[in-house]
Amino acid sequence: MKTILKLTLIAAFVLSSAYAHAAETLNGAGATFPFPVYSAWAHEYNKITGVQLNYQSIGSGGGVRQVTERTVDFGASDDPSRPEQIQKDGLLQFPAVIGGVVPVVNLESVQPGQLKLGPESLCMIFLGEIKYWDDAKVKKMNPGVKLPHSEITVVYRSDGSGTTAIYTNYLSETCPAWKEKVGAGKAVKFPAGIGGKGNEGVANYVKRTASSIGYVEFAYAKQNKLNFTQLKNSAGNFVAPGFESFEDAAASGDFDAKKDFYLWLTNAPGKGAWPIAGATFILLAKEKADVNKNVVKFFDWAFKNGDAKAKELVYVPLPASLKDKIRAYWKAKGIY
Amino acid sequence: MPLQYKKNPVDFIFSATTAAASFSVIIFIIGILYVLVTESSLAIEKFGIVKFLTSTDWDPVKESFGALTNIYGTVITTFLSLLIAIPVALGIAIFVTEIAPNFLKGPIGAAIELLAAIPSIIYGMWGLFTLSPIMSKYVEPFLKEITAGVPFVNVLFQGTPMGIDILTASVILSIMIVPFTASISRDSFNLTPAIVKESAYAIGATKWEVIKNVVIPYSKLGVFGGIVLSLGRAIGETMAVAFVLGNNHRIATSLLDAAATITVTLANEFAEADKDIYLSSLFYLALALFVMSFITLAIAKFFLIKAERKYSR
Amino acid sequence: MTREQRRKVEGFIAMTLSTLAALTGLFWLVFILGDVLVHGIKAMDLSLFTNDPAPAGIEGGGLRNAFVGQLMITICATLIGVPIGVLGGTFLAEYARGSKLSRIISILSDIMVSVPSIVIGTFIYAVLVKPLGHFSGWAGAIALAIIMVPVVLRTTEDMLTLVPWTLREAAFALGAPYYKVIIQVVYRGASAGILTGILLSIARVAGETAPLLFTSFNNSFFSVDMNRPVASLTVTIFQYAMGPYDSWHTQAWAASLVITISILMLTVIGRLLIKGRHFKG
Repeated sequence: MKTILKLTLIAAFVLSSAYAHAAETLNGAGATFPFPVYSAWAHEYNKITGVQLNYQSIGSGGGVRQVTERTVDFGASDDPSRPEQIQKDGLLQFPAVIGGVVPVVNLESVQPGQLKLGPESLCMIFLGEIKYWDDAKVKKMNPGVKLPHSEITVVYRSDGSGTTAIYTNYLSETCPAWKEKVGAGKAVKFPAGIGGKGNEGVANYVKRTASSIGYVEFAYAKQNKLNFTQLKNSAGNFVAPGFESFEDAAASGDFDAKKDFYLWLTNAPGKGAWPIAGATFILLAKEKADVNKNVVKFFDWAFKNGDAKAKELVYVPLPASLKDKIRAYWKAKGIY
Repeated sequence: MPLQYKKNPVDFIFSATTAAASFSVIIFIIGILYVLVTESSLAIEKFGIVKFLTSTDWDPVKESFGALTNIYGTVITTFLSLLIAIPVALGIAIFVTEIAPNFLKGPIGAAIELLAAIPSIIYGMWGLFTLSPIMSKYVEPFLKEITAGVPFVNVLFQGTPMGIDILTASVILSIMIVPFTASISRDSFNLTPAIVKESAYAIGATKWEVIKNVVIPYSKLGVFGGIVLSLGRAIGETMAVAFVLGNNHRIATSLLDAAATITVTLANEFAEADKDIYLSSLFYLALALFVMSFITLAIAKFFLIKAERKYSR
Repeated sequence: MTREQRRKVEGFIAMTLSTLAALTGLFWLVFILGDVLVHGIKAMDLSLFTNDPAPAGIEGGGLRNAFVGQLMITICATLIGVPIGVLGGTFLAEYARGSKLSRIISILSDIMVSVPSIVIGTFIYAVLVKPLGHFSGWAGAIALAIIMVPVVLRTTEDMLTLVPWTLREAAFALGAPYYKVIIQVVYRGASAGILTGILLSIARVAGETAPLLFTSFNNSFFSVDMNRPVASLTVTIFQYAMGPYDSWHTQAWAASLVITISILMLTVIGRLLIKGRHFKG
């Protein structure tokens, strides 16, 4: 009986793997920041073309690592790699979509979007120096807001993350104490708090922990109805996160194909610009021309047809001029 | 035992195949050790052994890595969970072997072993969704309150009770290892010869006195081996603690602080370490974990073998 | 209080505490299983088994890919791990019976049984995933097989040892070569025990998550190609439970219910098979 069982199983496997080759798959991994929009695009694309684009949100660090190790067809990272590094690892890099990182809080007495923070107070909260919500520095910026005397729990990313890179890049730029004590990077040594895995993990922990503060990509804050804050930007205005303020920040960016589009959008100068914006990037292994063509086909499709979906999830689609630049970059690399 | 059987060429092939299959275990162990050492060689060169094991730094920006915070997390959660699990497990073993009426012995024993079969990810998820809110709302504030005035002890319960911390992780871990410890203890208790117990009863000992003075001393080697074996299990457990430990690389003094164990760090950071030295350090951690658990398990095995010899005599 | 009374009181307290301990154990079992059952049944839906996941944060969708993936990985692991384990156990109990070598391998296997499964995941990543250049279902299956081998090997060894030696001698006397004796006589005598070992080892690996994280990875689409990343229930539970979406949490509970019931059933069947004979876990 056992042998019959085994034989049927083996037969089933042979058949199934023959069938499997019918469906084309592309495997990608990396940033959790664009995961909602990529998975929505992939779902659509699969319906139209039958191509399965399997994107796993393991964190930007993972995206870079796995594409460098060539274990995936493309990597994704919100932490742009410098042109030298791209060269060294034999990669290609281009942006796919722009979004914003927002601080989110779990405070019952505060209305969504009501809390205002400046770069200094945000920095000191994450350094663990401001310990209670009713700290004078926070109070001063929020007259009339009921702030409880409860201990702040900081929630950060435990995995190598581009969201962290954008966020810490912003803190380093605006707060000398942060730059000196912690620095910027995909994974930094946070002085206080608890670590969640992925944007999903941070959103989850903030949701479950009273009196907490974390930072997530805006789509996660919105989908999970998390309470986000306003921030003071470099022009000195308090701005709320949203499509307009992200777009304003994106407008200041001048992406350069020669530098493999390496660019930060944090602390952008625009009047209404959200200070923690950033582009998210796709990384390809240079030598895998055939696979790259298929990946590029997907993003070309998304650039043409995905803008509405991206906006719906509060990402800023790339401006038409930048899309053309990227297409020229693909052409120059012979994958378009 | 003499093996007097007819020699046969097929037999040779068959025996060689079985031998190869059994050697696979040795190959796995040596292979794992070899691969972990070569993969971590970069980190071994850079940080050495002592410095790596004693440094509390886990800083991917400065590319400086030390294992101490992870080892600390592993040791403290394991220790706490054993502290909770051992009394309960021994109680269960005593109940099942000595107290329970015969018709209950089987079902209760089986039920507790079922607890051991539940996959660890279920424990982890249940911990996050069900236990963690209970801990943060009721248990931890209560512990904070009763220890508030007690010097030294109150330090253990400093901080915000958020339910994602060392204490919650240890409780889940203890629930996981109780059935394991209990079933080994029960097996050891069961090996006490009935005649020895009966003679103790005959001279008027109470049930508890028989357990305390006869059964436990008789089976202590086996029970101890079982405890060390559970310790080995607890050291290597990943999923049950990954959900509720909070992943913080820091030497926490309060049980309400987040921490990181070696296993949790591996699960969280392994696929996403971007730089070579980072990945190499994670392999180094895995190596440390492998060695730690191997030694613990070997010690457990040593005691269990000793116990086995004693009983079979 | 007289000495007599004190002894009685002490005994009473100890007995009460033990009973309480047993009740605590049962309490957790009922609590955890009840919780998984209540949440899981609420989330049970036919679409869970017939649909593939919807994009993140969008209601609906199912886990068909993960159910199938989990099944494939577990079956492949069994096909690899069980033969090695059974044959290895045969060597220890038969050809190398009583030898020092057999003893050493047996002890090492016992240790291997409890070696942290996440370490095995990192090992397979280094030897299979990185050199081959992709995550794959096979890598996951092999990682699980490595965990299975020592479990099956040790139970097989134990069960074969229990078969009386005289049975073999009777077969030798008929002129049968040893391999025939093993296959036709010894295996038959120990079949229930070996099967139990196999079932328990499947139960053990079917719930493993840690070794799959960096080997079979995950796949948001339905795929039966073992050379590609394959979704598994356990990794999906990890991702979904840690995720922020309520619909993910619901599905994670449903997946937990399915996997818990399957594993408990395997365990119960395994134990019933060997009922009456003492079995060490």
